[in-house]
Amino acid sequence: MTDLAATTSTAAPVADRRHIARYLPGYGVYAAVAALLAFNAAFTDHFLTVGNLRTQLIQVAPVVIVALGMALVIGTEGVDLSVGSVMALAAAVLPLYLGYGAVPAIAVALVAGVAVGAVNGALVAVVGLQPIVATLALFVGGRGLALVLADGQLKQLHNAALLAIGSDDVLGVPAVVLIAAALAVAVGFVVRGTTFGRQLVAIGGNRVASQLAGLPVRRVLCCTYIACGVFAALAGVLATARLNASDPSALGNLMELSAITAVVVGGTPLSGGRVRVLGTVVGALLMQLVRATLIKHDLPDSTAQMAQAVIILVAVYVARERKSR
Amino acid sequence: MADTHPAPTATPGRTERAAALVQRHGALAVLLLGAAVATGAFPSFGTLDNTHNIAIQSSFLAIVALGMTFVIISGGIDLSVGSVFALGGVLAAYASRWGLLPALLLPLAVCGLIGAVNGVLVARTRMPAFIVTLAGLLGARGLLLAITHEGSDTFLVPKGSAFATLGQGTLVGFGYPVYIALAVFGLGGLVLRRTRTGQSLFAVGGSEDAASLMGLPVARIKITVYLLSGLLAGLAGALNAARLSSGVTILGVGLELDAIAAVVIGGTLLVGGAGTLSGTLCGVLLLGVIQNVINQIGSLNSSYQSVVSGAFLIVVVVAQTYLGRTQRIR
Amino acid sequence: MSPIAELVGVSKRFPGVLALDNVSITLARGEVHALVGENGAGKSTLIKLLTGVYTPDAGEIRYAGRPVSFRRPLDAQAAGISTIYQEVNLLPRMSVASNLYLGREPRGRFGLIDHRRMYADAAALLSQYGIDVDVRAPLQSLGLGAQQMVALARAVSVDARVVIMDEPTSSLEPREVDTLFRVVRDLRGQGVAIMYVSHRLDELYRICDRVTVLRDGRVVHTGPLAELDRLRLVSLMLGRDVAEVRRHGLTRFSESHTAAAGEPVLRVRDLTRRHVLSGVSFDVRPGEVTGLGGLLGSGRSETAKAIVGALPVERGEVTVAGRRLRRLSPAAAIRAGISLLPEDRKAEGIIPELSVRENIVLAAMPRLSRVGVVSRAQQDRVVDLFMKRLRIKAASPDQKVSELSGGNQQKVLLARWLCLNPKVLLLDEPTRGIDVGAKAEVQQLIDDLAQEGLAVVLISSDLEELVEGADRIVVLHAGAVVDELAGDDVSESHLMAAVAHDGEAPE
Repeated sequence: MTDLAATTSTAAPVADRRHIARYLPGYGVYAAVAALLAFNAAFTDHFLTVGNLRTQLIQVAPVVIVALGMALVIGTEGVDLSVGSVMALAAAVLPLYLGYGAVPAIAVALVAGVAVGAVNGALVAVVGLQPIVATLALFVGGRGLALVLADGQLKQLHNAALLAIGSDDVLGVPAVVLIAAALAVAVGFVVRGTTFGRQLVAIGGNRVASQLAGLPVRRVLCCTYIACGVFAALAGVLATARLNASDPSALGNLMELSAITAVVVGGTPLSGGRVRVLGTVVGALLMQLVRATLIKHDLPDSTAQMAQAVIILVAVYVARERKSR
Repeated sequence: MADTHPAPTATPGRTERAAALVQRHGALAVLLLGAAVATGAFPSFGTLDNTHNIAIQSSFLAIVALGMTFVIISGGIDLSVGSVFALGGVLAAYASRWGLLPALLLPLAVCGLIGAVNGVLVARTRMPAFIVTLAGLLGARGLLLAITHEGSDTFLVPKGSAFATLGQGTLVGFGYPVYIALAVFGLGGLVLRRTRTGQSLFAVGGSEDAASLMGLPVARIKITVYLLSGLLAGLAGALNAARLSSGVTILGVGLELDAIAAVVIGGTLLVGGAGTLSGTLCGVLLLGVIQNVINQIGSLNSSYQSVVSGAFLIVVVVAQTYLGRTQRIR
Repeated sequence: MSPIAELVGVSKRFPGVLALDNVSITLARGEVHALVGENGAGKSTLIKLLTGVYTPDAGEIRYAGRPVSFRRPLDAQAAGISTIYQEVNLLPRMSVASNLYLGREPRGRFGLIDHRRMYADAAALLSQYGIDVDVRAPLQSLGLGAQQMVALARAVSVDARVVIMDEPTSSLEPREVDTLFRVVRDLRGQGVAIMYVSHRLDELYRICDRVTVLRDGRVVHTGPLAELDRLRLVSLMLGRDVAEVRRHGLTRFSESHTAAAGEPVLRVRDLTRRHVLSGVSFDVRPGEVTGLGGLLGSGRSETAKAIVGALPVERGEVTVAGRRLRRLSPAAAIRAGISLLPEDRKAEGIIPELSVRENIVLAAMPRLSRVGVVSRAQQDRVVDLFMKRLRIKAASPDQKVSELSGGNQQKVLLARWLCLNPKVLLLDEPTRGIDVGAKAEVQQLIDDLAQEGLAVVLISSDLEELVEGADRIVVLHAGAVVDELAGDDVSESHLMAAVAHDGEAPE
C-alpha cells in the first residue's frame, strides 16, 4: 500500500512564468496605487494633505459602494448594467418621501433598489436571460422612471438629517467614507465567512457543478442581484445627501462603467468564481487617483476619460489571459 | 431492438407557427395599432406635418439602429454608438467649413476607425463586446471633449452650404435625411439578404462554432460589423449636425439604448442569429410614435419614453425566450 | 485501394495527458473505415487532428500522398476533408438551403446571392438523399434525421474526398439510419473515403469495411472488420486483449460483499427520456455494489444523472429507503441521501478557483454552518477527517483544488459526497484518468464503503474494475436494461457477451 501511495504525487507548483501572469491581475492594482501615490507625493503640490485625501475619499465612496455590489454580481459570472439607473431612481424617490423624515425616505429608496435587483435577479435566474440583456432593460427604463418621478427636475433638499449623512464627520472621518468602509468589511465577511458568500463564489466558478452539489443556485443569484441593487440605491442616497440636491438626470451616469472598472482592475475576473473585496476597493481608489492626478496636472477631463478607457481594456485583457484554460 | 422511440415531429405545430409569426410581425402590428390609436386620440397626430416630423426625427436613430441590428445579429452589442454619433456630428460641423465632401468624409473616417478598433478587440482578443464598446463609449466621448476644448467650442455649419442643405432640405415634405435613412436601409437589406457576408452574419450570430466549422471567416465578419456600426453612427451624427447647423457636444447620451431597444422590439434576438431590418425600422418608428404621443399629451414628462422602452425591452426579451423555447424542437 | 489520408506516427499531448501516442492510420479511397474505442481512447483527438482543429506534436499527416499541415478547420475543408458531428453543427434558425450553401451561395448579377437558384439546387441536392422538404423553411423545423442528412449533404457537396462521421446515428430513427447508409454506400462507390465513428456495433458490421481500434491513445488493432467477431472487437475496445491480460486481482476489490441483504434502499422505476432512456428499472441494496454495464452511449451516465434529477425525465420514479422522491432535483436527491460523483470531473465536479477545503464542504456547507455563518472549526473537523481517510495529498486544505493531481481531485470529490453521509452513492467512472496508486485507493474505498453498509452504484468502462468491484451488474443497451448479471455470472466473459449483444438485445 505504501508504495502505491508514494506514486500519487501532488501536482508540481506552477512555473515561475505563470506566477507573474497570475499575480499581475491580482496584485498589480496595489502596486499601481502605491506608484501613483509616490508620484503625486513627489510631483504634485498639496496632494498628500489631509484635505485633499478627504476629498478624494469622499468622492470615491459611492463608487466603492456600487462596486462592492457589482463585485458580487461579477463573482457569479454576471454583470449588472442598471446600477447607475438605480442610483438615479433612489435620488428621485428621496425627495418624495422626505416629508415623513429621513429614515422612511431612505428606506423607500433602498426598497426601490431591492425591487430593481429582484427584477434583474428573476430575469437572470428564473427566465435564464444573459445578465447583460436582463439588466439592460432597467438600465434603459430605470433612469426614465427616475426622471418621470422627479419630473426631470433637479430638487434642492433641506432635510437636515439627510444632509448630515452627506457632510458630517464621525471621529474626524466623513460619514460617507465610514459607511463605505463598513460595507466593504461586511461584504468581505459575507464573501469569506458565510454560506451565501461561498455558494455565490462556487456558482460563479462552476455553475453545473454547483447545481449537481444541490446548491440553491436560483436563490443565490436572485439575492446577489438584489444586494447589488440595494448597494446602488444606497450609493444614490449618499451621493444625493452630499450634493444637497436630487439630480436624477446626471446622478450615476456611467456608474456601471466605473464600478465594473473598479472590480476588474481590482483583480476580480469577469468570468466569475472569485470576488476580491479589497481589490475592488483599491481598484476604485486607483481610478479616482488617476483622475485626480490628471486634473491636478491640468490635464483635461477628456484625457481622463480616454485614460480610463485604456485602463479598462488593459485590465480586462490581462484578466482574460489568466482565465483561458 | 431498442429503437422504438416515436418519430420526432417533423412539422411545426400551430403554437410554433404562431410564435414565429409574433416574433416576425409583432413590432409592425403594435406600430400600426399605436398609430391608429394615436390618430384617433389626437387630431394633430395624423396630420401630414406631424408625419413629416416623426419621419425626420426617427431617421437618425434609424441609421444608428441599422448598424446595431448588424452587430446584434452577429451576436454582439455596440454600446459606443451614442458617443460615436455625437463625435460624428462635431467632426462634421468642424469640417463643414471646407465643403460637403470633407464634412461627410472626416466623421466617416474617424467613426469607422473607432468601429474597426472595437471590432478588432472583440474579434481577436475574445474580450466581451459590452466591455470593449463601453470603453469605446468613454474613449469617443473623451475624444469629442478634447476636440471641442472640453465642450466649450461649438462648431457651426455655414449657412446655406451644401452640407446644411443635406440636413435641412426637403423633398415632397420629407427631409433629405429620411431618404438617406431609407436608402441605407435598402442597401443594408440587400447586403443582409443577398450577399455572402450578410448571410454569414446570421451564421456567426447563430453559432460561432458552427460558422467557423463551415469555414466562414468569423473574425473578419465581426470586424466588418463593428466597422459598419461605427460608420453608420458617424453618418447619423453628421446628418444630425447638418440639420441642427452645429455640432452639439451633449447629444447622443443614451442613444445606444434607444437603438438597442428599437432593434430588440423589432424582433431581432439579442443573443444573435436572427433578425430583420424591417423589424428594426418598425421598432424605430414605434419609439418615434411613442415619443410623439408623449409630446402631444404635453403634460407628460418626455422621460416616459425610456420607461416605455425599458418595459418593452423586458416584455420582448422575455417573450422571445419563451417563444424560442416553443420553437425549439427536441 | 489507394490511401487518401494517412496519419503516420502521430502523437498529441495535452497538459497531463498523452492523448495520442504514435498513432498511424490509413484511410483508403472508397472505403468505410470504422474508428472505435471507449471514452478517452483518443478518437476525438484523432478527428480533430485530421480536421485541422489541432496540430500534431509529433508525426505527420499525409493527404493525397503529400505531407500537409492544416492550421485551421478551413484548411482541411478546402483540401476536401469534411466532418459531420454527433450534435448537428448547423444553424437551426437559418433556412435549409442556407445551411447547405452558406459561404458558397450561388451568385447572379452584381455578385448578389441568387436565392431562386440556391433553393432549386438545394431541393435537387436533397432529393438525391431521398429528402423532400421545404428548403426555405428553417432547419429547426426538420426532424433530427433530416437535419443530419442536411449536414451530410453539405459535407459531401463541398467536393469532399474524405468524410468523417462522428456518431451520426445517435439520434436517428431506424428508417433514417437506412437512408443514411444508402448514401454512405453511394459515396463509397464514388471513391470517397469515410471514417465512421460509432459505438453501435451492429451498424459497424452493416456498413464498415475496415476497423481501427484505439485504446489509451494507441492503435491496438487495425484490419478488415469481417475478420473480427463481435466479442473480439469488444474485448479489444475494453482492453481485455488476450495478449494484454494483466495479472488478476490488481484491483483492490474483495471477493464479494456478504452484507448485501435486505430491502433495497434505492428503487429506480421506469426512467424514460426520449432517445436517451427507455424504461430503466433496477434496485440497489445496502452493502452491495451494483454495477451499471454497457458500452459508451448505452445510457449508463444518463441513468445516474436522471436518478439525481440532473437530467430531466419524462417518466419514472426513484424511491429511497421506501420514500418516493416527489420531484427529482439534485437538491432533493441529496436531502434524500443520494450522492452522485459525476463523470466529468472538470466540468461537473471541481470548482477550480476554490480550495480543497471548500470543494470538500461545498454540498455540506449548510450543515456545517450556524445561521448562515460558516463554522471554520466544524469544517476543519470534517475536512481533516476525510483528507486523512481518503489520503488526499495537498499542501494544505487551503491549496487550490485545480493544482492537485487528477487522482487527488477525484478524492476531494468523493469526500464532498461522503461527508453528506449518503445512503446511496452513485459513482460515474470514479477511476478514470487517475494514476494507478490513486485508482487502487479509490477501489479499496468503494469496497470499504460497501462493507460498511452503503449502497454503491458503480459505472465504469474498465471491465475488470466493474467485474471485480460489483456484486451485480445491470447491463444497459440503447438506454434500456437488457441483462442483469449476478453471482457467478459476474465475469468478464459474461459481461462482454451481454455488452456485445448489440442489435440482438431482447426488448
